[in-house]
Amino acid sequence: MELICGFIQRAILQGTPLLYGATGEILTEKSGNLNLGIPGIMYIGAISGVVGGFVYQTNAATVVTLWAILIPLICCLAGSLLTSLIYCFLTITLRANQNVTGLAITTFGVGVGNFFGGSLIKIIKSDVPYLSLTKIAKAYKITLPFAEDMGPIGKAIFSYGFMVYLAIIIAVAVSVFLKRTRAGLHLRSVGENPATADAAGINVTRHKYFATSIGGMIAGLGGLFYIMDYSNGIWSNNGFGDRGWLAIAIVIFATWKPLVAIVGSYLFGALYILFNYINVPIQFLPLIQMLPYIVTIVVLVAVSMRKKRENQPPASLGLSYFREER
Amino acid sequence: MSKTQKHPREPLIHITKRTNLSVKSGIIVRAVAVLAALVVCAIVTKVLTGDNPFSIFATVFHGAFGKGRALVTVHDVAILLCISLAVTPAFKMRFWNIGAEGQVLMGCLATAVCMFTLGGKISDALLVLIMVICAVLTGVVWGVIPALFKAYWNTNETLFTLMMNYVAIQLIEFFLKVADKSGSNVVGPDLLSHGWLPDLFGVKYILNIAVVALITLAIYIYLRYSKHGYEISVVGESENTARYIGVNVKKVIIRTMALSGAICGIAGLLLVGGSSHSIDANLADGRGFTAIMVSWLAKFNPLYMILTSFMLVFLARGADEVTSKFGLNSDFADILTGIILFFIIGCEFFIQYQIHFNFHREKSPKEKER
Repeated sequence: MELICGFIQRAILQGTPLLYGATGEILTEKSGNLNLGIPGIMYIGAISGVVGGFVYQTNAATVVTLWAILIPLICCLAGSLLTSLIYCFLTITLRANQNVTGLAITTFGVGVGNFFGGSLIKIIKSDVPYLSLTKIAKAYKITLPFAEDMGPIGKAIFSYGFMVYLAIIIAVAVSVFLKRTRAGLHLRSVGENPATADAAGINVTRHKYFATSIGGMIAGLGGLFYIMDYSNGIWSNNGFGDRGWLAIAIVIFATWKPLVAIVGSYLFGALYILFNYINVPIQFLPLIQMLPYIVTIVVLVAVSMRKKRENQPPASLGLSYFREER
Repeated sequence: MSKTQKHPREPLIHITKRTNLSVKSGIIVRAVAVLAALVVCAIVTKVLTGDNPFSIFATVFHGAFGKGRALVTVHDVAILLCISLAVTPAFKMRFWNIGAEGQVLMGCLATAVCMFTLGGKISDALLVLIMVICAVLTGVVWGVIPALFKAYWNTNETLFTLMMNYVAIQLIEFFLKVADKSGSNVVGPDLLSHGWLPDLFGVKYILNIAVVALITLAIYIYLRYSKHGYEISVVGESENTARYIGVNVKKVIIRTMALSGAICGIAGLLLVGGSSHSIDANLADGRGFTAIMVSWLAKFNPLYMILTSFMLVFLARGADEVTSKFGLNSDFADILTGIILFFIIGCEFFIQYQIHFNFHREKSPKEKER
């Protein structure tokens, strides 16, 4: 029992960054933008939060919990918003190819993350040996006071910092927004057929800009969660790894439904850490670590073979819209 | 007309598609973009290092062409060019293969496995032959799997090929753990001591560079003058048209991806057999992704790709030198590459579209009354 609950707990922690990324990407893709820059944006979100937190932690006399949470959060949102806006400007206003722009954003974002992560101390001439935000991380890891006394099952449900619950709330909110509101309907119509939406008087450019920017900000939070909560405020270069790409894979796994993405993210999180719980000779570990990717491929193939109409991507996904092109 | 009625005003800006733009002005637009990008790069570098921009450019140049580095730079260009050539036919067909990384790694893995298991047991000439065959074949397999699913079930190739990268990485990790029991992250020249590709004229890397030069020429001719090349561009422009004129789209997709995979396999062979003589999971070093941008920036023209791949490698090696000079992190190169890419991607707009400003807009009714 202890073991299973511990496993679930770690899977949820591992899945939460993926959930943020996937929710953000779903919102983005619903507007017809295939943002392959999400991995880069998540790096930028993480490092922006780290920079903000680091400056606050080194300059403030005492670390106040409220500010310790708010400053990195706002920096993270600002950083990911700016990066998303670069993507929006290039693909929506200048109608550039979305795949190439996305990859460029990822190159740029991972570069920015690793560069500042590795050189921040040098640049601002601080005298600490390595980038560590333990005080800030403590604020992010505050749990409900009664979580410790709940037994293993209670722990698996209640023992997280607020960002784990925030991820679920955002995913549910995005789901409600897309399905139940007029603005969500407009957004979906832009993703399906921008020309028709335009003719119906919907502002295509504005919807695409908003969806992509807000989606990017949600994804950026995933990076922040990874640093502040999952790795206890300690930055390590390339530590975030390929989670951004997995998040994009989950979007397909979830067939563009945020509620399914919640389950999908935790499942992928479980697959990600499964190798810790299986007793095999060490050389076979890589074969188990391969599982999340194999599962993604299988799902991808299964979705494309079944061809159910409600499981298909938005019809104009990946295409720029130019009103005068008929 | 009642005063309350809102009069629709003409927008200030409207955009039309250009029908024809001379080659000369196309080049000018791109040159301006690159120049603007370099200015931004210089400012960013200045802010982060505090050095003056001219001495930074001198450092960049030294990093790429300093003593004993020119050959390494040219070799880097050759490898990146080789992978870019591999992804090009598929991109021309609008098949978004972002799995070149994995296909190259599989080529590396096949080469290393041959060197590891057969090295010393058979003659080196035979070993090299087997290495070539195995590298090409594994590359082909890795490329054709997503192509099959794309052709028959229209499976999203972007994510499929991406996931295949990680499978390839884990396969290499598996090989590393099996081949080297000490648990190190790299299997080096001591274990892969046989089957090294020969040095032509006694100079390192020349064979690799020559092979890539040949491939460049071959791909140029293949895309431009062969029937296959024509079919690829028709499928890329419009699948329906291709079907209408009797092109077997499925066959073209699978055949083109097989070609992509094969060239990636060769790139892997050159990396392991021809230069590093070692293998680790990071050997492709993101080149599979950079190659996409090289190819796209060159408008899928193999000859322009020499230029674009040179530009990116020059920048990366130069930025490495700058960062090591100032004790900063070497990922700085990625930031500069990103900035330059943004500008070049953005400038395409001005080549494809024309902006018209309407300064003499029709005045609103209120203004007319005066």
